[in-house]
Amino acid sequence: MPVEIDIVKVAALARLALTEEELDTFGSQLGDILEHAERVQALPTDGVPPTSHPLPMVNAFREDVTAECLDRESFLRSAPDTAGGQFRVPRILA
Amino acid sequence: MTGPDIADLADLTIAEAGTGLRSGDFTSTDLLAAVTKRASATEAHLHAYLTLDHEGSTRAAEAADASFAVGEDRGPLQGIPVALKDNMCTLGIETTASSKILDGWIPPYDATIVTRLKAAGAVITGKTNLDEFAMGSSTENSAYGPTRNPWNTDRVPGGSSGGSAAVTAVGSALGSFGSDTGGSIRQPAALTGLVGMKPTYGIVSRYGLIAFASSLDQIGPFSRTVEDSVLLLETISGFDPKDATSINAPVPNFGGSLGRGVSGMRIGVVTEFLNGDVIDSQIIAATRGMADKLQDAGAEIVEVSLPSTEYSLSAYYLIAPAECSSNLARFDGVRYGHRSNVEGTTEDMMSHSRAEGFGPEVIRRILLGTYALSAGYYDAFYGQAQRVRTLVRREFASAYEQVDALISPTTPTTAFAIGEKSDDPIAMYYSDLCTIPSNLAGDPAISVPIALDDAGLPIGFQVMAPALGEEVMYRVAAYVERLAGFTARASLATSEVVAP
Repeated sequence: MPVEIDIVKVAALARLALTEEELDTFGSQLGDILEHAERVQALPTDGVPPTSHPLPMVNAFREDVTAECLDRESFLRSAPDTAGGQFRVPRILA
Repeated sequence: MTGPDIADLADLTIAEAGTGLRSGDFTSTDLLAAVTKRASATEAHLHAYLTLDHEGSTRAAEAADASFAVGEDRGPLQGIPVALKDNMCTLGIETTASSKILDGWIPPYDATIVTRLKAAGAVITGKTNLDEFAMGSSTENSAYGPTRNPWNTDRVPGGSSGGSAAVTAVGSALGSFGSDTGGSIRQPAALTGLVGMKPTYGIVSRYGLIAFASSLDQIGPFSRTVEDSVLLLETISGFDPKDATSINAPVPNFGGSLGRGVSGMRIGVVTEFLNGDVIDSQIIAATRGMADKLQDAGAEIVEVSLPSTEYSLSAYYLIAPAECSSNLARFDGVRYGHRSNVEGTTEDMMSHSRAEGFGPEVIRRILLGTYALSAGYYDAFYGQAQRVRTLVRREFASAYEQVDALISPTTPTTAFAIGEKSDDPIAMYYSDLCTIPSNLAGDPAISVPIALDDAGLPIGFQVMAPALGEEVMYRVAAYVERLAGFTARASLATSEVVAP
């Protein structure tokens, strides 16, 4: 059975402005893919810890020393819009 | 130049080219001219390169020649033309990850792999095509159009590193680099008759690799031979403080056992990947045939069952999209990349920029990952997938207590037709059935070409080893290469090519 999902809500969470038609297509494809993905639930995993990462490492520390970093201009150059040495965006509130 | 005809230089291996450069038979500039000529003859048929950096590569070749002239030698890649998948940041050279959302983006820095290649005197020819953000198995998901297979241009070259596979297969670079999240190096290597290798997670820095799924992604090499694979991997490996997941330990001696053969080794054939319901019968026959040859050569071959690998594909298609939905949140039209012209608030701008800039497969995976991570579904989907990942790792670890290495087919089929699976995401996902488990485990794995099928398309053979077991993996792979005696070349690399 394809998995029923609230595709409108998921698209909103993902910040994707999709058309009605796209929502229909992706919603039905996702239902089919999740039907396959759901198979993981068939495997008993009581007491099995999750793996988030393949290496047995917890933290990666560096010496606390100052180093060169890239200059601001080199980053602002590829921004869609800037003002006063900062990124500029449309209004925040509706 | 005093050596062989310049048209032949594009067909040299990296090891052969290195010998020729050092004995003065030809120069790096000659090598670059040969691969550039090959690119001019084949690109109209293949579309493997997105960007050719003529200026930078010419300068690098001249610098390498100047180094050789004064006896300066920075290692086996000095003066060698190599190509990079276009998801690796190159200072001053457009980097798109084959997405419209990054169209025209010029990175302000080099990825660590690029810094290392430059320091080693390598000549970077250009940037190669991929499935958008490395999501796909055919290179059909590129916003700039598909790459074709140099063995048969009606077929896909595999993916997502299909451009890097095609350039090395055809000789428009002597070697190349891809990234492998679920098989994106090994699968296209298998489909184009190349050696393709995914290293142990953490051996190669991911700094400057545009992230897809951070706990799975690794950069690795494409080459025509196993020896070349070692030379490419050696140059890019090692600790990098800029990547928090980089292993802070000396790099293993990858090529230390290349000539040792397999006598006395215990090698396991993965039973689940010899199942005729999911793997093509010619591929199963070729795999079994090679296992028999390894046995005749003195290895002990045993069947090993890894039952939870049957759930690997499902787990992968939850973990990778979950990480991708998080990683790709950065593409929001604020700091770089496409910004929508739709009027509205910043949030409207972000939602429209993303919907306009991402292609369908990327949107599909972002939605899937967002769902798998959302409140109420997290534990049943993402959490369960992570626990299955633990089971896969445990099974591999216990298998490696019994055997030195594991072998299997690399792919369920040889190169499929362009368009054949593009409307069926699930069928496409099955292309990575045999390669995904090594990504989940974080272990090294390599594909070596061993035969052609009835349609004249290459069959890949996979060798897997435990984490940091590259030396053992290469030892087996080198012997497989020798036993297979695979010398066939892609038709586009050998025929007189005319512009269409």
